[in-house]
Amino acid sequence: MKSTTAAPHREEIKPPVTEIGVIGWIRANLFNGWFNSLLTLAVLYLLWLIVPGTVKWAFIDSVWLTGSEECRATDGACWSVISANIRFILFGFYPHDLQWRPLLAMGLLVALLFYSRERSRWNKMLAWSWLVGLFVMGLLLKGGLFGLTAVESANWGGLPLTLLLSVFGLTAAYPVGVVLALGRQSEMPVIKSFCVVYIELIRGVPLISLLFMSSVVFPLFLPEGVTVNKILRAQVAIILFTAAYIAEVVRGGLQGIDRGQYEAAESLGLNYFQTMRLIILPQALKIVIPPSVSILISAFKDTSLVVIIALYDLLKTTQTTLSDPKWMGYSAEAYIFVALIYFICCFAMSNYSRKLEKELDTDR
Amino acid sequence: MKHLMRTIPVMAASLCLATSVAMAGTLDDVKAKGFIQAGVNGDLFGFAKPDEKGVWRGLDVDTARAVAAAVFGDADKVKYTPLTAKTRFTALQSGEIDVLTRNATQTLSRDTDLGLNFVQVNYYDGQGFLVPKALGVESAKELDGASVCVLPGTTTEQNVADYFRVQKMNMNPVVIESTAELSKAFFAGRCDCMTSDASQLAGIRAVAPNPADYKILPEIISKEPLAPAVRHGDDQWMDIVNYSVLAMIEAEELGITSANIDEMMGSTDPKVQRFLGVSPGNGKALGLDENWAYNIIKQVGNYGEVFERNVGVDTPLMLERGLNALWTNGGLMYSPPFK
Repeated sequence: MKSTTAAPHREEIKPPVTEIGVIGWIRANLFNGWFNSLLTLAVLYLLWLIVPGTVKWAFIDSVWLTGSEECRATDGACWSVISANIRFILFGFYPHDLQWRPLLAMGLLVALLFYSRERSRWNKMLAWSWLVGLFVMGLLLKGGLFGLTAVESANWGGLPLTLLLSVFGLTAAYPVGVVLALGRQSEMPVIKSFCVVYIELIRGVPLISLLFMSSVVFPLFLPEGVTVNKILRAQVAIILFTAAYIAEVVRGGLQGIDRGQYEAAESLGLNYFQTMRLIILPQALKIVIPPSVSILISAFKDTSLVVIIALYDLLKTTQTTLSDPKWMGYSAEAYIFVALIYFICCFAMSNYSRKLEKELDTDR
Repeated sequence: MKHLMRTIPVMAASLCLATSVAMAGTLDDVKAKGFIQAGVNGDLFGFAKPDEKGVWRGLDVDTARAVAAAVFGDADKVKYTPLTAKTRFTALQSGEIDVLTRNATQTLSRDTDLGLNFVQVNYYDGQGFLVPKALGVESAKELDGASVCVLPGTTTEQNVADYFRVQKMNMNPVVIESTAELSKAFFAGRCDCMTSDASQLAGIRAVAPNPADYKILPEIISKEPLAPAVRHGDDQWMDIVNYSVLAMIEAEELGITSANIDEMMGSTDPKVQRFLGVSPGNGKALGLDENWAYNIIKQVGNYGEVFERNVGVDTPLMLERGLNALWTNGGLMYSPPFK
């Protein structure tokens, strides 16, 4: 029998052009079937309607570093509203010639966060440098030591205030939330009922009402002349609120742990705290990374609600800028800028949580 | 349980009482801490708003500065607490601020129920209508069936509804939360007319794509006397704030400005001498230095200067004096004699 494969001359037959390369990909992904083809065409038409106009508005016709008169003259975006007011938007009432201090403090925060990305770097040294770092940041903002001029907290504003409220709010709320979750699982009736009442009470009211309570009602119950710092009041309200939500998420994690884990810990002779710290919480907290992060992200965005009690966070400084007749009417540009800042922060958070999840995934 | 239910309201009531009765010596407290804490608006151009560098500017801000000049001889010894419409009165009641200069309308219930004392009005405002000229309307009475752009939750909204009801006209309110967005909607033609305080309308018209296409109708449908306020129960402090505002009005009437005040110190007019403390008496009566009025005018200016600087015809608001002119010029600004 003569083998047909023995022929030395073999020409490779390539698939038709329409099946590979760009065209192939387009066919396979965008035009596979009449319904998808229709959708693709519809989307393309929408893009054709939207994109050229947007690009023209945002980049081609736009003005960047001018006064407001030039803005009135153009049809495009007036990014000058940002560039002309950038220092007020970012730093609020912080004294003009001292604004390098909050800038430096924010840089320090970003550097620390960036360095702490790798879990291999998590050690005692890092914990200490965080403590020192937070102290230095506080010192830079507040001043009053080492020849730095003191700046009262009433003058803090803009992005540093947003970051302050969120970083402290979230780091303080997390441990409180874990304790509340453990308390809710407790068998001691007083602790359990306290935690249940607390969590349900806080979750039953919107954050706005807590902020109003802290800024409007709370001062009336203090003795005359005693006032508690406005930022602190808002900060505490945010911590209390976030903690209740964290608690429910963590409780979900705790309930997801198999009964056998508790029994195993008991049979090893571990007491309650050892069981929790060594066996249960590490597993429970790992499960709840995704929901915790979504709570942290929404808490981060919720800090902008302090607008209503007239704290000048990033959003409020932007709105104040827009109330100037010179810049009234350029709200789209200003809000896009603020949205971009919020997006960068939130995207970084969710990105990092995915990375953490992957690293901690020991089940596979 | 029943007992408890009864005691809680009593406790709450006594707490409230404690807050409103206590605090007799605001002047001493203010002097001890070295500055005046003033509650201001924060977002209202021309009245109280920080500029690009975060420096506070406006008519209400200058009013607070005048009080500081009277008390300390230094108009810069003021700290500002930006307040929302909702938090402003609580901040005053709780002692967080010493004086409220936040374009608050003086009304009977606020003066009594809320435990506040309003002093001399520093701006007479009123609610009006802004319309495009293309609408062809000459009077607010022709606005039957119009859609009206209005801010929610203010007396403005209520006033306009009342006005249309009294005139037996229909209206469609278009309610939008912030002034900037509201004016954008109006210029985009989403409503036929826009209503707000006349001082606001002027500023909004100034930023229109083409200001000449719009006009403010002659009808003013409400009275909005905007006045600084202090707590009940401290008459000395109320006098100081009251006469700080009045001093600016009196100075304008006497022709004293921040520029010519040093010449006026040598004036032979007994009224000017008394006013500036050359012949003493007024300062002692208020518990202040004799040169308190001098400091106000020198550092802040008289009412006319303050008005023109913040809201006058050369500012984006382009407001005429109108009701806020001196009584000698047909306005309502009138000061009792300084003697």
